[in-house]
Amino acid sequence: MRDRFKILLWPFVLLALWILIYNNLHEIADLVVYRLMGLKEGTHLTESIWFFIFEVPKVMLLLVLIVFIVGVIRSWFSAEKTRKALEGKSLFAGNVMASVLGILTPFCSCSAIPLFLGFVEAGIPIGVTFSFLIAAPLINEVALILLAGLFGWKVAVIYVVTGLTIAIVSGFVIEKLKLQKYVADWVFQVKANHAAMEEQELTLADRIQVGFDTVKEIVGKIWIYILIGIAVGAGAHGYVPEDYLARIMGEGSWYAVPLAILLGVPLYSNAAGIIPIVAVLMEKGVTLGTALAFMMSVIGLSLPEIIILKKVLKWQFIAIFVAIVATGITMVGFLFNLLHL
Amino acid sequence: MEIKVLGTGCAKCKKLEELTRNVVAEMGVEATIEKVEDIYKIMQFGVMRTPGLVVNGKVVLSGKLPGTSELKELLENA
Repeated sequence: MRDRFKILLWPFVLLALWILIYNNLHEIADLVVYRLMGLKEGTHLTESIWFFIFEVPKVMLLLVLIVFIVGVIRSWFSAEKTRKALEGKSLFAGNVMASVLGILTPFCSCSAIPLFLGFVEAGIPIGVTFSFLIAAPLINEVALILLAGLFGWKVAVIYVVTGLTIAIVSGFVIEKLKLQKYVADWVFQVKANHAAMEEQELTLADRIQVGFDTVKEIVGKIWIYILIGIAVGAGAHGYVPEDYLARIMGEGSWYAVPLAILLGVPLYSNAAGIIPIVAVLMEKGVTLGTALAFMMSVIGLSLPEIIILKKVLKWQFIAIFVAIVATGITMVGFLFNLLHL
Repeated sequence: MEIKVLGTGCAKCKKLEELTRNVVAEMGVEATIEKVEDIYKIMQFGVMRTPGLVVNGKVVLSGKLPGTSELKELLENA
């Protein structure tokens, strides 16, 4: 009982500490760089180091907070509940719901196949299933928080809204194209045992524990990418010729968006690893639309995931799937470049 | 005890098999441990999230890698 009380108390203590540090990041960076390290103001090197010392704790704090919150929220969701919610939904409403649930349901890309089979076996339309499978990796809480931290909340909201739109429309189109004949034949013969495992109700203390576990797992896995990404960003701060990338991928060139998407597909990275690169690209003159398209392509259309899907889908289906999602991402890229956001 | 570790070969699935073998050895119980990688067979247990753990034909865990003490508890109660 005392343990349970303690775990309910911890979030408040940590939150107070969090707020205290977050509101003093500027002062802390000044203190470390100018006082402790004794560096002179105004040089490129000092600027780079200051950027790094300021940015690392900021991004880490945001990350820990949001991963914790998302972890706790997700403890109310599961693939089984999502499947139940989607059963018997009409087409468009099903696509919308599947996309939103794709964000909220805990999902690991290594479970894509069993999840796909489980959904299809329950009679959920292929297009609705795909809305889920597209939204789940594409809209990622780590990407959301990093975008918000580096570019502001407007960009982060745009990312979620356009990501959802791509997932909804792509799933809808896939259903309308009647691609069932391009699904591996054995898929429709799968008979699953539905009363597999009773889910036990979690207490609030359990859910908070899930939140802490999620932070440990995710942050433990990605902190190194973030460190490297910010270091690259800090290094680029003033060193790389300013308009080098802008000339290739800047505003004037129509092919920037498709090129960014093509470059993104073979690259496989988690969202955390890609954002710092996006930050550098934008600093060097790549427009937001192009940068977002690149990011979505890397996390939403990855070669490893395509290879996994090959187990259950024929190549025609995969080709159409990639084409539809890539078209969606291209449109998002063009839209933002046009709007000059 | 008859234990099956369900998983198509992801990192977590391999970890779970390893962990299960260690815990079983530590507990000193008689058990057969089998890794099920065939997706068709995995589906028959109704598991949508891997890794999964089946003890004596019953699914006791799905979609996460448990800690050592949690796994021990699961095996003891099964």
